[in-house]
Amino acid sequence: METITLTKLNSGKKCRIKKINAGMKATKRLYELGLNTGSKIEVVKNDIGPVIVSIYGNKIALGRGLAEKIYVVS
Amino acid sequence: MNTIALVGNPNSGKTTLFNALTGSNQRVGNWPGVTVEKKEGSIKFKDKQYTIIDLPGAYSLGSFSEDEVVARDFILKGNPDVVINVVDATNIERNLYLTIQLLEMGAKVVVALNMIDEAKAKKIEIDINTLSQKLGVPIVPTIASKRKGIEELVSKAIELMEKDVDYKAHISYGESIDKEIENIKKVLSSFDLDYPADWIAVKVLEGDPYVLSKLEKDYNLSKSTLLKDLAEKEEDLELEVIDKRYEYINNITREAVKLPDEHIETLSDKIDKVITHKFLALPIFGLIMFIVFQLTFAIGEDFLGGYIGGLIEILGSGIENILISFNAPDWLISFFTEGIVGGIGTVLEFVPLIVVLYMLMGILEDSGYMARAAYIMDNIMRALGLHGKSFISMIIGFGCNVPGVMSTRTLENKKDRMISILINPFMSCGARIQIYLVFISAFFPDSGGLVLFSLYFLGILVALIMAKIFSKTLFKGESSYFIMELPPYRMPTIRNVLRNMWDNVSEFLVRAGTVIFFVVSILWVLAMLPVGVEAYSQESILGKIGTLIAPIFVPAGYGTWQAAVGLFSGIAAKEAVVAILGMVYAGVEEGSALVNAIQSAFTPLSAVSFMVMTLLYTPCAATLGAIKKETGSLKWTAFSALYSFAIAWLVSVLVYQVGSAIGLG
Repeated sequence: METITLTKLNSGKKCRIKKINAGMKATKRLYELGLNTGSKIEVVKNDIGPVIVSIYGNKIALGRGLAEKIYVVS
Repeated sequence: MNTIALVGNPNSGKTTLFNALTGSNQRVGNWPGVTVEKKEGSIKFKDKQYTIIDLPGAYSLGSFSEDEVVARDFILKGNPDVVINVVDATNIERNLYLTIQLLEMGAKVVVALNMIDEAKAKKIEIDINTLSQKLGVPIVPTIASKRKGIEELVSKAIELMEKDVDYKAHISYGESIDKEIENIKKVLSSFDLDYPADWIAVKVLEGDPYVLSKLEKDYNLSKSTLLKDLAEKEEDLELEVIDKRYEYINNITREAVKLPDEHIETLSDKIDKVITHKFLALPIFGLIMFIVFQLTFAIGEDFLGGYIGGLIEILGSGIENILISFNAPDWLISFFTEGIVGGIGTVLEFVPLIVVLYMLMGILEDSGYMARAAYIMDNIMRALGLHGKSFISMIIGFGCNVPGVMSTRTLENKKDRMISILINPFMSCGARIQIYLVFISAFFPDSGGLVLFSLYFLGILVALIMAKIFSKTLFKGESSYFIMELPPYRMPTIRNVLRNMWDNVSEFLVRAGTVIFFVVSILWVLAMLPVGVEAYSQESILGKIGTLIAPIFVPAGYGTWQAAVGLFSGIAAKEAVVAILGMVYAGVEEGSALVNAIQSAFTPLSAVSFMVMTLLYTPCAATLGAIKKETGSLKWTAFSALYSFAIAWLVSVLVYQVGSAIGLG
């Protein structure tokens, strides 16, 4: 149960958002998209380019810079 | 007339619903003061007419983007009689986040629970009665793409419109926040406000920059004077408000919505595995773009464009014959056949090309691929100091730079947006193809495809290099984060594709009918004056202008007054270049006489150099107008006009000089 950044998780892994460390504007947007602290997400794709996560089957692509600032527990 | 506002998340099927509701009764315009598109339509129900306003798609009603501000301002101040909130049933919690905000504003809301069929396929069970009861609003299940539930939705909306209900959601944000809201309301109660006080109070806690600056400006109220108990934890508050809204939603959906335990892999997920694949994504993207351009040229230019060209010629000679039969003076005949028919003709000839391109773009957009294209390109674009979405505006620019420039609105960050606007004119628009085609048939009839491809490629290359330079110099700083929803793949609906195409093409036609027509007429007058000189001769005003600026182009290999006149006209409208070259060289607008004249006036090398110039130089008047509108700055508009001219001149001279040096001349 260690806290890692979203970019460290492989595709197919499920996790829970622990903390978002980005600027207020981006953090707010993530919250509004349902990616708030505590929400359960699945990493759909994480190789090159933005990380794709799924929240209840709804896919959102997050730039790598942003994904680096999202801390999750798997 | 009573007004119905349509609100919903992006990708919720709002546009599809709007199209299904209004059919062809639509008007597209702009919201006053901002560059957000305003769509309006009307419907008839039981012999009464209603106006429907399609508000911009938004995830929230904060002030993240202009779109959001427009949407919420209309709900708060535009006083729609009822709001139809389109909710994507497959993604209900997030969509309800917007619903809750609407209810907090006190809007009369009917929820269109859209894509209910997809939700069923995903094994999402929604108890509509319970949901409706808990939310306190009527809910109508719909499938907008199949036009199901539309009748009931309209009748429910109108029923609610006539009912006198005053529903307002009162969300508890927890004891301390609620208390603070009351405090703020007390302070606000002594002011005469534009918005409801409790709504403002929540927005203050949310740190809404738009509301805060308005309070500061109009009432001299700052956030620190409004916040009392919770002043130290400002930032936490902003997020807590969002959390509490989600909590409120969860309490409702817990009883009304049952999600499957495991996400079932859909066909869309499977397609995505290929489309966004690490190694396959780029080749597939390249292939799709290749097919789009092949089809655009094959159908739009070669096939349909030819027919239109033929029709215009028939029309031209028809008018000429009629005028001759009326013994009209020569100058009048010339004005009609060369000025008007010629001018409009050059425009209409590439309308098919734009039609086909925008239909294909519409298909990509409606199917959900466009979001993937932005995703796939983000890495490359980011390396160049741009944003994944910039690429979409570049592709649109291939049709016409005006919508290309306008489409940069989807970029939230000023830096991303400014760069995308400034490089868009390097995307070779449909109008410039006419110029290339004449030169290709004069010098490179056997390798036309290669020449065209090289020019497009050069345009993209220059655009990307300039983007990189701008991001290192004029617009430093981070690009905004990439956050983009990847909606499921859907079958594009014919209605949406045609609608989208028509919105673009009709705008183009209006512009062609006004700006370009106006400009071509002026050029014609300049070519005829002063009275007595031979039309389109070096002695005309137009010819004199050409003679004056021609020396600039000597190092590029085409320092003739005729070429200069052609380029000068192109700043007014790129469509005019060929027509004007035709008139000054051969006394005809197009055809083999022009090709022959070009062959004797240019060499293959100077032809290439001239094509490069037309590709890159100053955007046309309509595009400059769009740049002015989007940047809101005359300075940047002038900058765009001048720097692209400088770049074009440099590259063109480089091509000619290097070419001559290695013996190509």
